[in-house]
Amino acid sequence: MLAKRIIPCLDVKDGETVKGTHFVNLRQAGDPVELGKEYSRQGADELVYLDITATSDGRKTFTNLVTRVAREINIPFTVGGGIESIADVERLLYAGADKISINSAAIRHPELIDEISKRFGSQVCVCAIDARNDADGWHCYIKGGRERTPLKLMDWAREVADRGAGEILFTSMDHDGVKQGFANEALAQLSSEVSIPVIASGGAGKKEHFRDAFTLGKADAALAASVFHFGEITIPDLKRYLRSEGINVRI
Amino acid sequence: MEIAIVKYNAGNMFSVVNALKRLGITPQITDEAEQLQKADRVLFPGQGNAKTAMDYLRQHGLDKIITGLRQPVLGICVGQQLLCRHSEEGNTPCLGIFDVDVKKFVPNHHDEKVPAMGWNELTHLKSPLFKGLHDGDYTYFVHSYYVPVCENTIAQANYILPYSAAIHKDNFWATQFHPEKSGQVGETILRNFLEMKN
Repeated sequence: MLAKRIIPCLDVKDGETVKGTHFVNLRQAGDPVELGKEYSRQGADELVYLDITATSDGRKTFTNLVTRVAREINIPFTVGGGIESIADVERLLYAGADKISINSAAIRHPELIDEISKRFGSQVCVCAIDARNDADGWHCYIKGGRERTPLKLMDWAREVADRGAGEILFTSMDHDGVKQGFANEALAQLSSEVSIPVIASGGAGKKEHFRDAFTLGKADAALAASVFHFGEITIPDLKRYLRSEGINVRI
Repeated sequence: MEIAIVKYNAGNMFSVVNALKRLGITPQITDEAEQLQKADRVLFPGQGNAKTAMDYLRQHGLDKIITGLRQPVLGICVGQQLLCRHSEEGNTPCLGIFDVDVKKFVPNHHDEKVPAMGWNELTHLKSPLFKGLHDGDYTYFVHSYYVPVCENTIAQANYILPYSAAIHKDNFWATQFHPEKSGQVGETILRNFLEMKN
């Protein structure tokens, strides 16, 4: 059986990781490559690097960073943030990324998903979906959660899977940053609706939340940022716990 | 030591090149017969569609060059599948080093997602390729097609069914998983391959 995956997410701005880090032993704690190596050494199964820079200079810096990450890190990594076109995808894959994650651009131009999966294979294409459980049900949001779209979560999830996405990275905006657990009900429904892996994101606060995302939410992987960056949960500790709960993780 | 990587249309060379560089080796990426033949080791990675890849190999005469290699050769992922007799992907006759046919995963129920993507345990290890490793060590897989367990199997993985995680015959080794993306375990396997006796 495939192991459930634990994925730290690193936000990068102008070539530096943004959120705080407790890895005092690193010479350059803000260096995304050093941080990624440390996570890999601790047993992270994959990494996600998210470019939150808005300038074109920053994009160039990010591409150079991807090249460095590919040189130094020996586990798979996904890059995302501001990917608008097939040219962006090509640039990041040629820099050495294993997968790319698209979000707003996929909603604006759904055919981008078909194009990526046809040209590079569906395993390359991670579709990130930000959604909120509004009074009229789960809806997808774009532009970092600022703009609601008419798209319903389950409809869009089915569509991206049909178009050839390899994975869905689902962030519940209601749960993100609150540290009260993942959106397990919606996750479980997503898992039953689509036949591609679902990565849970948003809500990790304690180890039990990861367990629940895998058991109740039926997620294939769980992503988190701050609990790892601030050392509230360490990956070896988390994996030992999950294994003691009967969950298959790579140790 | 000279290491060559077969250059063709289905290789994701970057990650293999990077992995070798981490081991202190700068490989040659080449489709020239002479360079491939004189290299001490040849890597044959692959990603993408088996039929497109085989068409390319035949058009460029690489099929005969690869099957004629005498030094240790390591096929990776689709590279492994291309070394087999036939692939269900596009009903494609392949290079035929291994006398076994590549099948498509058929899920039994909804939880069995295809492509199989992620870390899986290696079992039934039996080859110097896995020196220093143990049953239960994990490697990273991304694939929709698999090589059934056969007489050449030197490691198994289990997803939907037990299948070949790695195979070996004469001077040809091949892995379904990506050693270049499999952390420390993958590095050990690459290093073992480089140290393999001719």
